[in-house]
Amino acid sequence: MKAGRYGVYGGQYVPETLMSALIELEETYERIRQDPEFSRRFSWYLHEYAGRETPLTYCENLSRDLGCRVYLKREDLLHGGAHKLNNTLGQALMAKFMGKRRLIAETGAGQHGVATAIAGAVLGLPVEVYMGEVDTRRQALNVARMELLGARIIPVASGTRTLKDAINAAMRDWVENLRETHYLLGSCVGPHPFPQIVRDFQSVIGREVRRQILEREGRLPDTIVACVGGGSNAIGIFHPFLDDDVRLVGVEAGGEGLASGRHSASLTAGSVGVFQGALSYLLQDGDGQVLETHSVAAGLDHPSVGPEHAMLKDTGRVRYEAVTDAEALHAFRYLSRTEGIIPALESAHAVAYALRAADDLDKDGIIVVNLSGRGDKDVADVANLCGGAA
Amino acid sequence: MSGRLGAAFGRARAEGRAALVAFVEAGDPSLAVTGRLLPALQAAGADVIELGIPFSDPIADGPVIQRASQRALGAGATLAKVLDAAAAARGEGLSVPLVAFSYANPILAFGVAAFARRAAEAGIDGVLVTDLPPEEGEAAAATFVSSGLDPVFLLAPSSTPARIRRAARLSSGFVYLVSRPGVTGARNDLPEGLPDLVARVRAGIGRTPLAVGFGISSPEQVRAVSREADGVVVGSAIVRTMEEAVAAGRDPVPAAARLVSSLAAATRG
Ligand SMILES: Cc1ncc(COP(=O)(O)O)c(C=O)c1O
Repeated sequence: MKAGRYGVYGGQYVPETLMSALIELEETYERIRQDPEFSRRFSWYLHEYAGRETPLTYCENLSRDLGCRVYLKREDLLHGGAHKLNNTLGQALMAKFMGKRRLIAETGAGQHGVATAIAGAVLGLPVEVYMGEVDTRRQALNVARMELLGARIIPVASGTRTLKDAINAAMRDWVENLRETHYLLGSCVGPHPFPQIVRDFQSVIGREVRRQILEREGRLPDTIVACVGGGSNAIGIFHPFLDDDVRLVGVEAGGEGLASGRHSASLTAGSVGVFQGALSYLLQDGDGQVLETHSVAAGLDHPSVGPEHAMLKDTGRVRYEAVTDAEALHAFRYLSRTEGIIPALESAHAVAYALRAADDLDKDGIIVVNLSGRGDKDVADVANLCGGAA
Repeated sequence: MSGRLGAAFGRARAEGRAALVAFVEAGDPSLAVTGRLLPALQAAGADVIELGIPFSDPIADGPVIQRASQRALGAGATLAKVLDAAAAARGEGLSVPLVAFSYANPILAFGVAAFARRAAEAGIDGVLVTDLPPEEGEAAAATFVSSGLDPVFLLAPSSTPARIRRAARLSSGFVYLVSRPGVTGARNDLPEGLPDLVARVRAGIGRTPLAVGFGISSPEQVRAVSREADGVVVGSAIVRTMEEAVAAGRDPVPAAARLVSSLAAATRG
């Protein structure tokens, strides 16, 4: 396979003006992966600062309800409240090694913006975050957190005013300011080498799960479930298991149902196209224009997905399923009451799939659900949606 | 190489000036206006017209062309309809060379080979795909060439000598040098060191004509760039002039033609 390709997917579909930056990033990344000083510092930040390793929690109540052994990988307990910090600490540290003096990022739910603001604050790099105007309204808590952390928010009013337009705006900023700026992309999307860098930094999730489950159960799980927006928490937990006999399921946002057209399920309902630098699955019309998407979870509300997932879909190694807003909202409340854990609405999609799929497992079956983030950011929104008490 | 593009650059070179390449967003504010615009810009002295194909996510464009792209999509423009409009204009005698300036995805959705055939039939001469660098664009370029279209690749100030040679090898109508790191949009100044940049690029591209664009808007800038390059591209300034005319309730076609005619005069010194 060519570097930067996942089967036919991936690549570097960007204007020539960005190529020098991608080449610089590729070269830097190759260098720092072998640099013991980088590894030492990255590992320090992950463990001493961010709180790794995160627990793999056996959930007794959930297991009783589902009739199998259910574990949650607790990325909600990572500093910042989501898996996003694994990637932002890695990339921000890399930016320092490259001599960059400014970080820019896009954000949808605000979790990646918060994680970038945290990494920028602790590593002494100023941060500017592009965020669609629609998202600044529905994720007001995270806007306040980012500002408190010293980041500047730049609301994006073009296009659909959501995550995809925030990525477009960040790419335009980057191309003008390549020399001093690192674009800290938040998921395993975009042109090579981003999908690889983000996957490698997030794979710590899966490596820990492997060690933890072997310790606890003496064997690998039967099934691993993760939600898929751009696909970073999913690829992070899946990747160390790709060569094992473990069922892997990626759960996309089915919104108001695939038939409604109001969803973000690019793998289950999209077609192949080039978008934001990569060839992957994409929600588009017959003329190749990118469609508006919908999900109750802002972090899943995106028309495309990382190219490695596109390949894993085609090869059949990972199964991709869609879960509706209603199922995710049910799982949000269910997990809160059953286990005392309020999941992010994004992660609630993975929980919802586990609720649906448990019937297929016998009582000795082991299922691991990646709880990619905590749901504090969503509490107000869910209360509004459900009329009062969440 | 298509006859028309080669001839246009050849004619300008023989007259000791740069060719004026005028960019317009196809379908902005409507395809009917584009149909009137093309002959008007030809008459005003545009040597080449770039037809921007509207796309929902134009990452290489600044706010002016982003807005134009949204308006065009809102008014129903599609790649197929833009090609039909070009064919209709050719049917009415339009002779200026036309370059389709697109993002990759509308062309992929159309089918690269089907697009190449249809574009050639419609009288398109060249194709520039913004987000296809040489790494990704070799196969498409070969398909364009086999349909008689000239592939045009972008170069940037950061392009290395090897990349410059590669882009030139794949391009046949001309090579498009982006004058500065950034997105499209009018700027008040020209980038420093443009003559050196042009000299460096020329050393790698041989005899292929070199057009310079991004940020060029005024006759003074056109005059200055004309002294260095074989072609000068003006885009956002034209698109903005049309936007302003429409906002003021005026016909955008004569407004664009007036601007193009002053820019064309500037190529003559
Ligand atoms: C908690 C959480 N999970 C998942 C996602 C989706 O991103 P990805 O698919 O890259 O993991 C987000 C995005 O904001 C998120 O905040």
